[in-house]
Amino acid sequence: MKKIALLTIAAIAAMFLSTALLADVQSLRGDELNNAAKKPANLKLVNIKGGIERSYKLQPPMVPHEVDKYEVNLKTNGCMKCHSEATYEKEKAPKVGDSHYEDRDGKVLKTVSSRRYFCNQCHAPQMGADPLVQNNFQGAK
Amino acid sequence: MSDSKKRGGLFLVVVGIVAGIILWGGFNTAMEMTNTETFCISCHEMENTVYQELQETIHFTNRTGVRATCPDCHVPKEWIHKVVRKIQASNELYHKMLGTIDTPEKYEAKRLELAQNVWRSMKKTDSRECRNCHKFVSMDLDKQAPRSSEQHDPHYWDAVDGNEPKKTCIDCHKGIAHSLPEGFDPAAEY
Repeated sequence: MKKIALLTIAAIAAMFLSTALLADVQSLRGDELNNAAKKPANLKLVNIKGGIERSYKLQPPMVPHEVDKYEVNLKTNGCMKCHSEATYEKEKAPKVGDSHYEDRDGKVLKTVSSRRYFCNQCHAPQMGADPLVQNNFQGAK
Repeated sequence: MSDSKKRGGLFLVVVGIVAGIILWGGFNTAMEMTNTETFCISCHEMENTVYQELQETIHFTNRTGVRATCPDCHVPKEWIHKVVRKIQASNELYHKMLGTIDTPEKYEAKRLELAQNVWRSMKKTDSRECRNCHKFVSMDLDKQAPRSSEQHDPHYWDAVDGNEPKKTCIDCHKGIAHSLPEGFDPAAEY
């Protein structure tokens, strides 16, 4: 009996303590955990002249420009307006990597292989959002 | 001339002016009515295709709330050109009745051809309908994205200096208000 009473008191104390603690805990974005989060900042895609350095070998290069006006679907691929083998020189844009012209058997195709067709599956545009935690990561040079 | 004859002549002139105003005004009002989005969609085959695509683009929804609808790009503003275009549209009505492109599949099969018709006429008119709103001399290149200002720069200066521009809007800006057709080759001249 004594044991049960003690346990109950401990449980109640723990409950009070945790709610008191919870009120002080803040998320990285400054919201309190028991309140609804604030609306995220309205960020836009950024243009970075000269492109973005790779952070590691074989990283799919990130997209250093806005892409919201380009369509990539089964019928058409807006990225290829500038990055295709036929247009990259005129548009002074980097050409799609050679690996993207190979099918899965290593055969080199004339146009981009269907398995590499959807650019935005790997190549991400950037929002210019500051990292929430300080980060000293240095990319591979 | 007698007094009554004079009065009769005056009456005729007044009637003529009033009738003229009513007829001309009526004609223009009717013409304006045919220049609304809802009217276009009611006969031209596009409600489920290109009209849906337009709604995704900056010409439909944007920061400042200025919207370009069908006639802003596809019907000339000048009277003569406008009437010519309106007469051409009767061919499209004929095909509406035939049901030439009445399903998305039929539409897709014809899309490249249809798009090329529009590109050709825009090229021929030096992108006249684009330029009803967009003029090189009114552009602030510094406010454009770096890539845009780089590309516009030579043409901007040609326009400012009054030289013949080497390119017209549609040369580069294809597929900005509707999806590009399947099989579109960005390196080809259309």
